[in-house]
Amino acid sequence: MKYAYYPGCSLKGTGRSYEESLLPVFKALGAELNELKDWNCCGATAYMSVDEGKAAALVGRNLALAEMQGGDLVAPCAACYLTLTKTQKRMEEYPEVHGNVTRGLTASGLKYEGKVKVRHPLDVLINDIGLEAIAKKVVKPLKGLKVAPYYGCQIVRPYATFDSQDNPVTMDKLLKVVGADVVDYPLKTKCCGGSLTGTMPEVGVSLVHGLLHEARRRGADIIATVCPLCQFNLDAFQDQASKKYEKSNMPVVYLTQLLGLAMGISVKELGLHRGIVPVEPVLAQRELTHV
Amino acid sequence: MRKIVQTIKFEGDVDPTFKDWIEGVPGGEKLHSCIQCGTCSAACPVSLYMDYTPRRLMHLSREGFRDEALGSLMLWLCTSCYACTVECPRQIKVTEILYTLKRRAISEGVYPSGFPVPVLAKYFYMMVRATGRMSEMWLVSLVFLRTNIFKALAMSGLGLNLLKTGRMPLKPDMISDRAGFRRYLDAASPEKKEAGG
Repeated sequence: MKYAYYPGCSLKGTGRSYEESLLPVFKALGAELNELKDWNCCGATAYMSVDEGKAAALVGRNLALAEMQGGDLVAPCAACYLTLTKTQKRMEEYPEVHGNVTRGLTASGLKYEGKVKVRHPLDVLINDIGLEAIAKKVVKPLKGLKVAPYYGCQIVRPYATFDSQDNPVTMDKLLKVVGADVVDYPLKTKCCGGSLTGTMPEVGVSLVHGLLHEARRRGADIIATVCPLCQFNLDAFQDQASKKYEKSNMPVVYLTQLLGLAMGISVKELGLHRGIVPVEPVLAQRELTHV
Repeated sequence: MRKIVQTIKFEGDVDPTFKDWIEGVPGGEKLHSCIQCGTCSAACPVSLYMDYTPRRLMHLSREGFRDEALGSLMLWLCTSCYACTVECPRQIKVTEILYTLKRRAISEGVYPSGFPVPVLAKYFYMMVRATGRMSEMWLVSLVFLRTNIFKALAMSGLGLNLLKTGRMPLKPDMISDRAGFRRYLDAASPEKKEAGG
């Protein structure tokens, strides 16, 4: 299985441990990820607030590059995944949006015929690789580790088709197959505050607190996420939430880091040492630390 | 003494073209079918901090309260989580309508002054236009220096944490042909004077 891989800006910066864990896990499962050559930023939510035509064009260029490279396009970042799927939908629905992209591409000698399939890693793990194949690779089951599966907003809303918008379960299934205890987490698709943690901390940090509080109340040792902004907010703003609301010491890691751990990949290789709230005490307590 | 302000408008005070303009922008077409049920406001994780909740903003926009809608704080509190859009029983793309209003507020310069969110959007826009990619650390530094130096100092603890964990590359990431990239963007949609200015 070969895929084009669109890391996006966060996976090269604050979310680098997402990439560090995604690549070896996919490799071990026989899925080849080839980074999209010369990709550009997806525009996230900010570009749509300034220029709609250029926001579509940003995505259009990446789609054209992906079509040229071949294979489904894997987008692990929630914002990237959303802008890609949303722009595809808008190009079909609105001729003016299609026109923006086509004008840009034509002027640059590129083309896009609409053939790229955008995939989230959860979708690939469940539907292409499959739970059985993953189970076979488990050498160190995450026995006793209580995990709150946190999906965030933009993976399932509004356009994802691989999981439920109200109660997604793909991450729950993956965690169970590697032996973790999945705690019931009703806030699994609630917003982490996005960039409000930095711009309007009085609002953003309150959302972070709510999510941490509920995970703790449900008995979770750790929160697993598949979005770099969710991970960043819950991890990096946890000290501010602790100061303002209640003390919190909840490691927040990527799902791929936990899968890798169960598959025997080392803590360091998976970037598990990059948490601002350290994960090591929880892993030691559950006897999951290995080389 | 409290200031007396006019809180209710005469029909002649509103902009009767505002609704049609919104409905003409991709995503806005169903604004007229809002039944004011408030599902959007209930689904919204930040409506409790807003000056106008999503339901109220839909109504204001439809009735032509242009200045209130464009100048509202709520536009800049929306995190684009799409809960309202998914839950709306009339299939109104509330999030897209808010984007339409944000773009107009930025292009007319009528967003609330000193509010960091539109400043972030503009710097983000400029940075991606210049380099093709977004460097989180430079973006955040610019916005904080521009809007509130004291917050920038409070954030430095965070910056230190990110440096220590190797999560803050200092060198901005860029695509190869940046001039060609700008030509591409301008061919797709001509550069507006106000945008990013």
